[in-house]
Amino acid sequence: MDFSYTETQDMIRETLSRFLADTYDFDSRNKMIASGTGRDPAIWKALAQDLGMLGASFSEEHGGLGGGHLENALIMEELGKVIAVEPYLQTVVLGGGALKAVGGAVANAVIPEIINGNVIIAFAYAEPQGRYNLANIRTTAKKDGAGYVLNGHKGVVYAAPWATHLLVTARTGGAATDVNGVSLFLIDANAKGIVRRDYPTVDGFQASEIYFENAAIPADALLGNEGAGLPLIERIVDEATVAVCAESCGVTAKLHQGTLEYARQRNQFGQPISRFQVLQHRMVDMFMEVEQSKSMTTMATLKLDLPAAERMAAVSACKAKVSRSAKFVGQSAIQTHGGIGITQELAIGHFFKRATMIENQFGSADHHYERFERLTLAD
Amino acid sequence: MQLEFSPAEIAFQKEVRTFIADNYPENLRSVQDEGHDLSKEDFLSWHRILAQKGWIAPAWPVEYGGTGWTATERFIWSEELASADCVGTMPFGLSMVGPVIYTFGTPEQKAKFLPGILSGDDWWCQGYSEPGAGSDLASLRTKAVRDGDHYVVNGQKTWTTMAQHADWGFFLVRTDTDAKAQEGISFLLIDMKSPGVTVRPIITLGGEHEVNEVWLEDVRVPVENRVYEENKGWTCAKFLLAHERTGIAAVARSKRGVEKIKAIARTEQDGDRPLIANPFFKRKISELEIDLTALEFTELRSLAGEAAGKGPGPESSLLKIKGSEIQQRITELALEAVGHYGAPYFRGFGEGDNEHPIGPDYAHRAAPTYFNTRKTTIYGGSNEIQRNIIAKMVLGI
Repeated sequence: MDFSYTETQDMIRETLSRFLADTYDFDSRNKMIASGTGRDPAIWKALAQDLGMLGASFSEEHGGLGGGHLENALIMEELGKVIAVEPYLQTVVLGGGALKAVGGAVANAVIPEIINGNVIIAFAYAEPQGRYNLANIRTTAKKDGAGYVLNGHKGVVYAAPWATHLLVTARTGGAATDVNGVSLFLIDANAKGIVRRDYPTVDGFQASEIYFENAAIPADALLGNEGAGLPLIERIVDEATVAVCAESCGVTAKLHQGTLEYARQRNQFGQPISRFQVLQHRMVDMFMEVEQSKSMTTMATLKLDLPAAERMAAVSACKAKVSRSAKFVGQSAIQTHGGIGITQELAIGHFFKRATMIENQFGSADHHYERFERLTLAD
Repeated sequence: MQLEFSPAEIAFQKEVRTFIADNYPENLRSVQDEGHDLSKEDFLSWHRILAQKGWIAPAWPVEYGGTGWTATERFIWSEELASADCVGTMPFGLSMVGPVIYTFGTPEQKAKFLPGILSGDDWWCQGYSEPGAGSDLASLRTKAVRDGDHYVVNGQKTWTTMAQHADWGFFLVRTDTDAKAQEGISFLLIDMKSPGVTVRPIITLGGEHEVNEVWLEDVRVPVENRVYEENKGWTCAKFLLAHERTGIAAVARSKRGVEKIKAIARTEQDGDRPLIANPFFKRKISELEIDLTALEFTELRSLAGEAAGKGPGPESSLLKIKGSEIQQRITELALEAVGHYGAPYFRGFGEGDNEHPIGPDYAHRAAPTYFNTRKTTIYGGSNEIQRNIIAKMVLGI
């Protein structure tokens, strides 16, 4: 048992943290989000080519640094500290995770392109009726000659407007919520028959509603075996769930730190409000929630490669705790700031918005408590 | 980072597990299972077995009798003790005064006191709180006045746990009444058999006699029993509090507690289903279990920091706060789980009543334990004081 980071991991964190401090101040982030594309593509290129950051979690055979889940977690935490709107989660954690799991020619072809920043992947899995059930899929992929034809509607696909590729879950068989008959495809985002409605999200990203209208895709777009994709999808979503928990550690650490700084300089009743015990204890409670989030994220990161049932229980325990912490720390930060906290003017409100979206991303606290109970608390 | 134990650690786990299975006293097991109070001899029987083996003080430096185990091995050890449901060792010597003596004491003090702490021959108690000095410990008024080679001590201590059995006590006393609160305090080791020491029981809500009042009237204490410098006792006190807080997370024991609640909830019926199938009760268990995991990994991260050279610092207050809250929630759920049979008061039966038990065995101690465990958020610096410590020492506000 060992809880220390390697020198390489420390270096990744330091390099990324310095780079983001220079490029992702509050004003720059606002400008990116307000720009036409909603991001600054030069930053993604720099992350890839100047820093080598997009290769941190890939094997050396694929041109990466040989890391894995821990590297993803620490990169996501640093991205969270500046509420970066980069598609790391979608491209590297989800797309890269799926490719690493299936391996073979498609992994050899696409992973190097992720690492050098040419490929951006969006994960089209959610559907309006599906809530957090990954098998609740109406989108169909029908065999058609050598390939498939996609039809259906995917909702709130983060990063889709920027994507070169879409990672899509679709039904190749079975009824609406069957565990069998689910398949995973990696397709060209600009294929014919894909209609997108793009919009900004409340937490600063860009997303799309995606409609597949007889979109023809080739047979080799299928990742893994036809109809048996659910375990793979569950696995990458678990990896992504832990990654947003890591992001949440960064976001909530900043919410806490910003609140401390504000409370020290805000004077009321003739003294800094940080002197009031009722606020001190709330800020201590925020500190404890941040620390426990880090602990849970470490725990779940280290358990991602365990057998599915253990992995799922660990991930759900982590997300349930982190979701509640994100809510508590975010709401406490705003309350402590008072009126200025609910304006767009301070960064704190923007951190709160991202924390709030993280709460339900890949499943609410309730969803994950329930999954944890199903796995560990049988009658 | 990795979670798996190394082959050496697995071998270690097997060794300690076998040792516990082969050496844990049978009669102690039955006293525990039947829910009786443990006597001094009950506690000492297991203590002496561990002392004999050289495993009584794993956290101590090897030169003073520690085991030299790594942080991971100590983690394994506490897990194994808890999962075998072994009684704990008394913390007052091993976790409190022992580390103060080997850190601040003279060579003579180390030679005189450490062996008795390890062997169990000396039972220790802690003379800190006073009727007028609880959370504001530094306002304590018990006075020690120098008279030649002795101090003459007068005052009253309270909440002195297990003082009724104690051979020795470590006391905070005021040696300078003019100095600022924290600066006039000294750390004295007092022989509890000294003339002028009176111990009176305080009975707590579950009916148990754990804590006491200790009266000190013209008690003569040799100057050589003062640890560290005169008026610098607060340094020892703060050091001790930080040490006390690390063990206080009680993760392994709480894990065992959660398992016991699950077992009760699988046995107790709630209509036509076991209690554990009640979604509301189930949710309380899962919340508890997940919070306990968060505590466990917070402690592991903090142990890793300690192994990397950082001593137990003020962040150990977090472990105290969360650990104590979880201990309380466990007793709360256990009491809820046993339903009607939380009510019978087992100390209320007449002597020689041979007709018990009433209700299931697991219900007997549910209420007294719940009442007793209210102490955990109060002792060792109340959880509010711990929040003050974090605010000041970690957050800098």
